Amino acid sequence: MFLNFFHDLRQAKIPVTLKEYLALMEGLDRQVIDMKVDEFYYLSRTALVKDERNLDKFDRVFAHAFKGLETLEPTDLAQIPEDWLKALTEKFLSEEEKKQIESLGGWEKLMEELKKRLEEQKKRHEGGNKMIGTGGTSPFGAYGYNPEGIRMGQDKGRHGKAVKVWDKREYKNLDDSVELGTRNIKIALRRLRKWAREGALTELDLPETIRTTAHQGYLDLVMRAERHNKVKVLIFFDIGGSMDAHIKLCEELFSAARTEFKHMDFFYFHNCLYESVWKDNRRRHNEKSPTWDVLHKYPHDYKVVFVGDATMSPYEITYPGGSVEHWNEEPGAVWLERLTRIYEHVIWLNPVPERHWDYTPSIQIMKQILSDRMYPLTLEGLDKAMRELNR
Amino acid sequence: MKKFEGTANYVATDDLRIAVNAAITLERPLLIKGEPGTGKTVLAFEVAKAIGVPIIQWHIKSTTKAQQGLYEYDAVSRLRDSQLGDERVKDIKNYISKGKLWEAFTNDARPVLLIDEIDKADIEFPNDLLLELDRMEFFVYETGETIKAKQRPIVMITSNNEKELPDAFLRRCFFHYIKFPDRDTMNKIIDVHYPKIMDKLVGEALNIFYQIREVPGLKKKPSTSELLDWLKLLMADDITAETLRERDPSKLIPPLHGALLKNEQDVHLFERLAFLARRERN
Repeated sequence: MFLNFFHDLRQAKIPVTLKEYLALMEGLDRQVIDMKVDEFYYLSRTALVKDERNLDKFDRVFAHAFKGLETLEPTDLAQIPEDWLKALTEKFLSEEEKKQIESLGGWEKLMEELKKRLEEQKKRHEGGNKMIGTGGTSPFGAYGYNPEGIRMGQDKGRHGKAVKVWDKREYKNLDDSVELGTRNIKIALRRLRKWAREGALTELDLPETIRTTAHQGYLDLVMRAERHNKVKVLIFFDIGGSMDAHIKLCEELFSAARTEFKHMDFFYFHNCLYESVWKDNRRRHNEKSPTWDVLHKYPHDYKVVFVGDATMSPYEITYPGGSVEHWNEEPGAVWLERLTRIYEHVIWLNPVPERHWDYTPSIQIMKQILSDRMYPLTLEGLDKAMRELNR
Repeated sequence: MKKFEGTANYVATDDLRIAVNAAITLERPLLIKGEPGTGKTVLAFEVAKAIGVPIIQWHIKSTTKAQQGLYEYDAVSRLRDSQLGDERVKDIKNYISKGKLWEAFTNDARPVLLIDEIDKADIEFPNDLLLELDRMEFFVYETGETIKAKQRPIVMITSNNEKELPDAFLRRCFFHYIKFPDRDTMNKIIDVHYPKIMDKLVGEALNIFYQIREVPGLKKKPSTSELLDWLKLLMADDITAETLRERDPSKLIPPLHGALLKNEQDVHLFERLAFLARRERN
């Protein structure tokens, strides 16, 4: 039952597992819901989807998998296997009623009769939606064989709906890794954690206290330092020019990184890294720090993050004097290689959507210099980038 | 077990109702997410009230450990007692204090166990509770006894999405995302909380409320609980629907906006936008 639906979900990259599928089956088995499509939709959603980002995908798959379910023709019911009908119906019949059926010639006869009726109906009203067994004289109606009871036929309630719940696609906004807020960024940045105990001894170390107490024979309290995130991060932001379009995203990333990392420092550059960087954009021409000083000041265990669109003329990376702002003695590529030699963990976050990367040669060159460690500035990209830094 | 159908002061949509009932019947934890202020925590209380069972709350903080939910062994006071020669020291049970899960497991009725804001805890926290929530039992090493749930409690877990929860944990839960209520549901919610409030006032207030939610770039969008607070203030101040509608140019933002916008930058942003809108109109 619903195995196709399950496979469709998996194909749509919604992480459903057998365990959840079985939970859904159990729910159906225990009759948590009435057998209505809407309720089935809600139940399957609550059992199978575990992340609001997948809700929209789920709605789409559901619409696809159960398309046409609402307009099921009664003639299709002739396809329902006999055993199934029998088992279902028995559930609803009392002993007395069962006896009455026996007196009418038993199950086989009844089934035959039902089939005949179905055939007749097919001939008489083509495509009609009159239910089997609603007629007063029909034995089917009289013996609880009313499709209303076992709900094998059409339910008026199902028909009257203008819009199906899952077709509204109310969760569209939650889908997609594109939407990125400070909070989301923080969650992604949290992957980058390195716990260490450093600083003042403020916490009681219970296991150690017990050990030393047993050893000494008197109560000997041992204190230890609290855990802190020890990861150290150095961020370079590309600023101005083509980056203006991405300024909101960069602001968010900056504020998230600021609160998330205790040991974080940042510098600005324009388009490509050259011999100097700066910390204050208003005084960028007066207060520059030589890149050499930066490389000397921050030890090699710093993790380096570049944020920039890497969109420029290739000359700006590969040739001396290629910079659009000043005469650079050495090409940007040399500076970047110097940096990657010192720091083991270097990544580049690019706000340009990944599918456009191939059309910009400078992005290709930059990616090559960083040995492919360039990630799009989306939630997913950020996640991957943090994993890379954490390796 | 009674079915949950919403209560006199909680409006439950169909999908929420089914999620809650599925979790109750199938005895699985229900994970609830949603924007802050959409009634995640309140839901647990209302469920407990509706089906008439006690509620046990466990509020999670960044320092909460999974073990604290099971039990805590107070080794330090036992050490101290042993040095003073206290009689209590002979029985280790005296130094074990029960946690919330233990309490829920041994409760006579089938209680609702609310694990509030699970995302506040350390990343490993949900993983440490996997087995306990799955099998509803745990082992007390100090005394060598196994605590097993008399009945499986109805576990409701809320999260504000500050951390991703591990997959293995999610697989064991049912999930419901409380989406922001549409106008109709909102009207019902207001009706439940302030039955006497004038319809016109509510209509105007809702207009303003949804307008504010639409403003791009707000750091914190106002949500249901903020709207209810704001209405309460409007009623207390006897502000009429006309005042809300008139839009005095000298007052750019709605009266008592403090209840809706909780962030200085947001208020500035809103003022700027309102100013621009007005200039365009004139």
